[in-house]
Order: sequence, then structure tokens, then C-alpha cells
Amino acid sequence: MRKMLTIISNVLRGSASRNGARVVVSARTYADFTPQATFDIKKCDLHKLEEGPPLQAVLTREEGLQYYRTMQTIRRMELKADQLYKQKIIRGFCHLYDGQEACAVGIETGINLSDHLITAYRAHGYTLTRGGTVREIMAELTGRRGGIAKGKGGSMHMYTKHFYGGNGIVGAQVPLGAGVALACKYLGNNEICVCLYGDGAANQGQIFETYNMASLWKLPCIFICENNKYGMGTSVERAAASTDYYKRGDFIPGLRLDGMDVLCVREATKFAAEHCRSGKGPILMELQTYRYHGHSMSDPGVSYRTREEIQEVRSKSDPISMLKDRMLSNNMASVEELKEIDVEVRKEIEDAAQFATTDPEPPLDDLCNHIFYNDPPMEVRGTNPWTKLKSVS
Amino acid sequence: MFLRHAVWYYHAFLYSILRYHVTVRDALNQALDEELERDERVFLLGEEVAQYDGAYKVSRGLWKKYGDKRIIDTPITEMGFAGIAVGAAMAGLRPICEFMTFNFSMQAIDQVINSAAKTYYMSAGLQPVPIVFRGPNGASAGVAAQHSQCFAAWYGHCPGLKVVSPWSAEDAKGLLKSAIRDDNPVVFLENELMYGVPFEMSEEAQSKDFLLPIGKAKIERQGNHVTLVSHSRMVSLCLDAAAVLAKEGIECEVINMRTIRPLDAEAIETSVMKTNHLITVEGGWPQFGVGAEILARIMEGPAFNFLDAPAVRVTGVDIPMPYAKILEDNSIPQIKDIIFSVKKTLNV
Repeated sequence: MRKMLTIISNVLRGSASRNGARVVVSARTYADFTPQATFDIKKCDLHKLEEGPPLQAVLTREEGLQYYRTMQTIRRMELKADQLYKQKIIRGFCHLYDGQEACAVGIETGINLSDHLITAYRAHGYTLTRGGTVREIMAELTGRRGGIAKGKGGSMHMYTKHFYGGNGIVGAQVPLGAGVALACKYLGNNEICVCLYGDGAANQGQIFETYNMASLWKLPCIFICENNKYGMGTSVERAAASTDYYKRGDFIPGLRLDGMDVLCVREATKFAAEHCRSGKGPILMELQTYRYHGHSMSDPGVSYRTREEIQEVRSKSDPISMLKDRMLSNNMASVEELKEIDVEVRKEIEDAAQFATTDPEPPLDDLCNHIFYNDPPMEVRGTNPWTKLKSVS
Repeated sequence: MFLRHAVWYYHAFLYSILRYHVTVRDALNQALDEELERDERVFLLGEEVAQYDGAYKVSRGLWKKYGDKRIIDTPITEMGFAGIAVGAAMAGLRPICEFMTFNFSMQAIDQVINSAAKTYYMSAGLQPVPIVFRGPNGASAGVAAQHSQCFAAWYGHCPGLKVVSPWSAEDAKGLLKSAIRDDNPVVFLENELMYGVPFEMSEEAQSKDFLLPIGKAKIERQGNHVTLVSHSRMVSLCLDAAAVLAKEGIECEVINMRTIRPLDAEAIETSVMKTNHLITVEGGWPQFGVGAEILARIMEGPAFNFLDAPAVRVTGVDIPMPYAKILEDNSIPQIKDIIFSVKKTLNV
């Protein structure tokens, strides 16, 4: 009896160990990963602030993988847009965000989806982090009916819930953002508005008008200057008498931080959001970042800066590499796992590009629609007096 | 005894005219008050609108009643506060943005056109902008070139905007209420010289729900011989000219446009098909103006075949507005200019 039991148990154990071994090996792999780690992050330069964001950031494995995936998605999406533009499938303006991914991803992790955000024209990354899908972003770039704005807006005019674009006029989005913040305060909903602009826009008069009113009325507005060192082809030294953009708010407290480190951006955004939500009024953040592409697709980006400079940033400060190195060296993920994410992202981008190139263009009946909201249908004059086109809300 | 009766009649007379006559300023004030009361999301911002009671006293009493949250004094930064107003509209409020005069709106015109007017279209219907931009437009008295421009044609040019130009107190009240309730950007062109003018206000117009439709003109005076089309203060001049001409047996049909965009071309065409003669009258400059648009539409539409004479425009003189009274008076249409043009058109 005992012998039989021994044989049976051996058989069972054998099969168990066969399956169990696989399970145990995988479990051992995941159990091996560090669930979270604390990283030292660079200290922020402070303006009119007694203390700044913490000098350490806690990153969980899940967060790390999510940030990695999102940044990689933005990166690959922008590179695909570059490709499609060169194939003339995307036309007009196309301002690419590769290199600056840590800003969009870091900011979003510091706020809630119920908060508000507005930026200028380098907006594809933000459209994604604010809830847009790669498919609808790419289809908007190719001007198809499946685009996030049905093909009517293009690269610079993409909108989602609580994301007010995508704005083509340099600096105009800043007063708009303060207006959104005013609405948040008026409605008492504890929401804030993140209002982005570049180093080029930072010299716009309407921004200073906005600083004044936001401060006077204590609007819950985080002004963020994405300083990528060049306003189109003009370096910051040639455009601004003071390149300390985080101080240009004068009476508004400011922070300057490394915009290539997603954890730095996250911690600073959390700090800034807390400042606004506590009723202290606006705050200003300067993110020091870099764009690998030129200003837009019609700018090679090498007439005003050296290839060496671009290469140096790529090798020493790339936001995705930085996060990857951190996670790998702290055993928070494996090389294979990250490679798998890369493959998935690549596939997502390919599918989206496929959709964006095959989806039909908007129907001509849509030409005159969306002029007015909540209005009865009306007639719009065509190109000649005999052509009367229909417009619905 | 006779005296007591006389006094009674005098008071009754005063009471009757005072009761039913309202100035354009007060009509606008009523409209603002009623809409602020009706909808929590409506608020007014602009220079001196709150504690000063309004540069032209249009917002008198509102700050006292509604407070700092709903009536906001801004610094002198048009581009900034117009942008803030548009952003607030995007985020769900219903702002009324006052420009002290529309001359200053040029500083903010990018926000009106590129941020407000075009956004609903660019977003394919995702982002409406329910905002009203209002303030005095056009010539005043002695304020010279930089403060006298008419912007009806500038704003009337742009798709995505509605542009309203009231004349009477009823126009002012009904159209402003409609503009505030409209879910789209509306440019509301008032006139400083009209603010103090009293008009009879019907019972209907005194109701809190009195609305006038945007995009519909009104025939202020019926006539058979010539159609006079006008907006804002010039409607008064047309009616005065019509009264003079009537004595000579010429009956003018006076159309008050009420709205610049969308233009009520149908009302004008119907009238022209009856009178066979058209004259537009405006205070603004002639080139590429409101009158130019009306004439083009008549050319392109069914009313052309009914014209017995070329349609013409009476406009402001094509110069910056001078200061000296004699020069200013001769820079804008006068009643005699309208009468002269009517007689030329009718060949009498």
C-alpha cells in the first residue's frame, strides 16, 4: 500500500514538478523584480519659494512600466509621423515631440484626468496623455474622417475632454488656460489647469498680462514653460534678455527642473498642483528639455544647432533611456519585458498608421458643418453664387 | 380746481411716457441683470464694469447686486482678458466680455477670431465657445480717429461669429438676451450715441423672457418707392429722412438690419422686389463694408432683376475720423445725404 502510494505520489509530484517548475520559474522571475524603488532626483531651482518638491521619488514597477510604455508610444508615434510626412501622406504643419516625452508623461502623472490642460502646437504627445488614441491622432494628421477632429483640425487642432488643444497662435493658449482656471475656481470644483508654452512664446506680451490677472485673482493655474532651447531657429540667448524663464513670472513663484527626467517632472507637477489646489494662486514651472526634430517637418533642425549637440542629448539625456536604465539597474524589469513592450507599441503604431492611411477622407457634406453649436441647419455660400451648401451644428 | 386737474393730467402724462420709455442703456442693463439672475454661469468682465458701474454706465448697479465673482474689473489688458474670457467659455461658463470700445478689441482680435470663432469648426464640434463680446462701436462725438472706427465689416467677415448691431431699446434688450443665451461667439456692437436715447418699450418687451431672434431684420417703416437698409444709429437717420421725403410724396421702406452676420438677405430682397430701389446706409467706411456686401448679394440674388436703378451705398467718408466738429459732422452720413441719394436713385 505504502509502495503504491509512493509510486502514485512520485508520479503526481513528477507531473506537478514539471508544470510546477514552469510556474515556479516564472513566479520566481516576477517575484525577483523589485516592486518599487526610491530614486534621488535633481533639486529644482526655486524662485520665491521657501521649499520645493522632494529630492526623492518613489517609483513602483507598474508605474515604471506604464511611463515607459507611454513615452515609447509617443516616441514611435512621432517617428511614424515623420515617415508619413516624408511620404507626403501627412501635409501642412507637423511639429514633432520626440525628445520631450518625459514632460507630457510626467505632467499627466502629477495631475488627474479631471484636471485641465492646454498647450500650443507641439501637441501630439499631450493629445495622447489626455485620453486620445494613437489611431485617432494619426488619422487626424492624415486628414481622415476617423481623426480626432474628423480631419477638420489637423496637427495643431486636436481636442479631447478637458484638453483644449492644440493651438496655432503662439502664446494665445496662455490666457485661454488662465480662463479655464478661472472657470475651475468659479465652479469650485477643486480642478486646476496646466497651461503650457515654449521658450519662444515666453516673451509674448499676453503671457505677462495673464501672469498679472492669474496672480491678482489667484487662479489655480500651473504655467509650464517647455524650454527646448530653441524657438524655431532662434536660440534662447538670441531671443530673451532673461533666459531664467522660471523667474519671468516675477511675483509668481517658480521652479526650474530637468524636463528629461520623468520622475522630476512628476514630483514637481504634484508639488505645483498642491500649491494651486490649496488656493495660493498660480505657479510657474520651467522644464528644461530638448526636441530631436527641427521646429517642424520643414525644418531639418541642423542649421542653428550642431548634430553633435543633438547626438549628445540623445546619448546622455534621453528620457526613455533614463527610465529604462533606472528600472533595469534596480531590477524593476527585465530587458525582455521592455523589448516586449517595444514590440507591442510598434504594432500599435503600425495598426494606427495602417488605419490612418486607409481610412477615407471626410465626406464633402461635412465641409460646412460645425460652424455653430446648437443651431438649426443653415445655408452657407459656396465658391459661387449658385452653390448653396448645407451646414448643421 | 382747474389747477388740481391740470396737475393731475400733467403727472399722468409724465407717468405714461416714463413708464413705457426706456433708454438703450437701461434696456442693456435690464438684459444683463435678467440674464445674470437666470443663469449662474453668466458673468461680466471688462474694464470698469464693476466698481465704476461701467465706463458708460451700462452695468450700473450690477456689481452691487452680484458681487466680485460675477462682475469682474480687469486691468487694461485686452488681449489677456479676452483670452481669459474665451478660456472660461471653453470650460463651461458663459462670459460677457466688455470692450470699453470696439477700437480696443483690435488688441484682442486674435482671441475673438482664432480662439473663439474658429474653435467649434476646428474641433469638428467637440468644443463650443458660448461667449458674448460687447461694447460701443463706431463714431461717437469728438473722440477722433483712434476711437471712432466701425468694426461691423471686420467681424462680419468671419465665419463662426454672429455679429449683432441693435438700434432701439427693444433691439438692445431682446438681442442681448439672445446673444447671452446663444451657445456661440457673438459680437454685440452697441453705439455710444444711442445709449441715452429713450424708446417706447412694449409690454411684451418688458418680460424677463423677451428675446429677439439673431439673424432677422425688422421693417421699421413700410414704403413703396425705395428700400433703405441700415443698422444701429443710422436707422434713426433713415427714419428722419423718410419723414422728410414723405412730405414730398416719396415713401421709403426702412429696414433695421438688427444682425450683421448672418445677414437677413431675404428680408432685403423681398423689400427690393417691392420697391425696385435700394440704398444702404452705414456709419462705417465704404470699402469692403456692410453696404458692399448687401449690394453684392442683391446682384447675385433674385432681387437684381427687380432693380430699376443701380443699388447704392451711403457710408462714412473714406478717411480717418477728424476731430473738429465741422469736419466730424461731414465725415458721417447726414439726413441730407440720405435724401440726396434717394432722389438721385429715383431720378427726381
